[in-house]
Amino acid sequence: MSELMPVILALTILIGGVAGAAVLTWFERRLLGVWQDRYGPNRLGPFGIGQVAADMIKLLFKDDWVPPFADRLVFIFAPTAIVVAMMMGFAVVPFAPGMMIIDVNIGLLFFLGMTSLAVYSVLLGGLASNNKYALLGGLRSAAQMVSYEVFMGLSLIGVVMMSGSFSLVDIVEAQTDVWFCFSQILGLFVFIIAGIAESHRLPFDLPEAEHELTAGFHTEYGGMKFAMFMLGEYLGLMLISCMIVTLFFGGWHGPILIGDWLPPFFWFSSKVFVVICFFVLLRAAIPRPRYDQLMSLGWKVMLPITLINILVTGAVLLWMEGMA
Amino acid sequence: MLEIGFFYTAATVALVATVMAMTRANAIHALIYLIVSLLAVAVIFFLIGAPFAAALEIVIYAGAIMVLFVFVIMMLNLGEKGDKQERQWLQPSIWAGPAVLSAVLLIELVMVISQTSGPVSVTAVSAKEVGLALFGPYVLAVEIASMLLLAGLVGSFHLGRRYLERDNLEKQGGQ
Repeated sequence: MSELMPVILALTILIGGVAGAAVLTWFERRLLGVWQDRYGPNRLGPFGIGQVAADMIKLLFKDDWVPPFADRLVFIFAPTAIVVAMMMGFAVVPFAPGMMIIDVNIGLLFFLGMTSLAVYSVLLGGLASNNKYALLGGLRSAAQMVSYEVFMGLSLIGVVMMSGSFSLVDIVEAQTDVWFCFSQILGLFVFIIAGIAESHRLPFDLPEAEHELTAGFHTEYGGMKFAMFMLGEYLGLMLISCMIVTLFFGGWHGPILIGDWLPPFFWFSSKVFVVICFFVLLRAAIPRPRYDQLMSLGWKVMLPITLINILVTGAVLLWMEGMA
Repeated sequence: MLEIGFFYTAATVALVATVMAMTRANAIHALIYLIVSLLAVAVIFFLIGAPFAAALEIVIYAGAIMVLFVFVIMMLNLGEKGDKQERQWLQPSIWAGPAVLSAVLLIELVMVISQTSGPVSVTAVSAKEVGLALFGPYVLAVEIASMLLLAGLVGSFHLGRRYLERDNLEKQGGQ
C-alpha cells in the first residue's frame, strides 16, 4: 500500500487537478457574482454547475487553429509548459501525514523551481504568436514574474530559518504548536502578493490586461490550447493556496484552540478552500494597478520588507538560542 | 542499476539538447534546447547526490537567467532575417575545423576517464552542508562575488539614471 501510495496520489492529483480547475472556473464566477451583487452563471443545472460542462464542450470542440504567421513548434509547446510545471509542483505538497508523492529535503526549492519554469509558458506563448499585443504581454509577464520570484523566494527564508529545513514535512511539523502566520506575518504578506503576481491573476494580471492588450500573451490562442493556459492558471492558484497553507497555516494541523480531532486531510483541504476564496475576494475587490506601479511596489516595498523580515527573524532566533 | 540507467538517460538528453542548441538557426528554438539541457544537468546533479545544486540549477539557471536571455531575444525581435544570417554562419567550412579539434580533445578526455578506476561513490550533500561550506571556508569567495554583483548593480543603475536625466533635459528643452 505504502509503495503504491505515490502512484495513486499522482493519478488522483492529475485527474483531481483538472476537474478541480474546471469546477473552480464556475465557482469563482459565482463567488464573484455574490460579492459584486449579481448572479454569475446560474442557468445550467443546479446552481449553474452545468456551465462547467458547457464551457468544456465549447473549448474542446473548437477548431484547433495555429495562425500561419506564428512559430508553430513554440506556439504548441508554450501552453503545455505551464500545465506540466504546475502539476509537477504538486509532487511535494504534503496533504496529510504520509499522504504526499515525494518528501525530498529540497521540497521548497523544488516548488520554487517549478513556478519559475512556468514563466516560459507565458513568455514563449507571447513570442511565438508573432503579434504585437501578445509580445507586449509576454514582455510584461517576464519582467513581472522574474522580479516577484525574487521576493517569493526571500519571503520564505524566514520560514526555513525557523523550521531549519527545506523539507515541507519538517516545516509542517515545526508548526505543531504555533503556526508561522503569526511570527512570519511579513513573510506571509509578501508571499501572498508574490503568489498572485506569479500566477498572474487579477489584480496583477497585467500580462493579459484586456483593456490595453486585448488578451495579452494568449491573444492568438483558442480552443484547447487556450484551455491549457486557463488550466495552468487555476492549477497555479491551487498550488499557491496549498503552499500558503503548508508554509504559514500549519498544513494538516487543526487550529490551535480546537486541536487535531478531525482527519488531517480535512483541515488541509478546508484551509486551502478558504485561501482560494480569499484570492477570489481579492480579485473582486482590488482594481488593477498600473504596470510601473506594480514594478515599483515590488522593488521599493516588497524587497525591503523581506530583507527586514530576514534580519529580524535571524536576530530573534540567535537571541533565543543565547537565552536557552 | 536503475540509477545508472537514469544517469545515462539524463546525460544523453543533455548531450543531444546541447548539440541541438548549437545547431538551431532560430535563436528561440536554440534557447529552448539549452533550457532542456540545463534541466537534464539538474537531474544529473540530483542523481550524484547534490540535490541543493540541482534545485539551484533549475531556480537560477533555467528559471531566471534563461528567462532573461529569452527576454533579450524578444526585445531584439530578429525574425526571419536573423535566422537567415545564422544559417549563413553555420556553413560546414566554418565549424569543421573547431569540430575536428574538439573531437581530438573528446577522445583524449574519454581515454583519461576510462583509466580512472570505477564510478565515483555517491555521497548526498544536504543544503545545510552547502551553507556551512559557503559561510565557512569559502566566505571570502562569497564576499567577492557579492561585491561583483554590487558593482554590476551600481553600474546598471548609473546607466539607467543617465538615460533618465537626458530624457528630462530634452523635455525641459522642448518647453
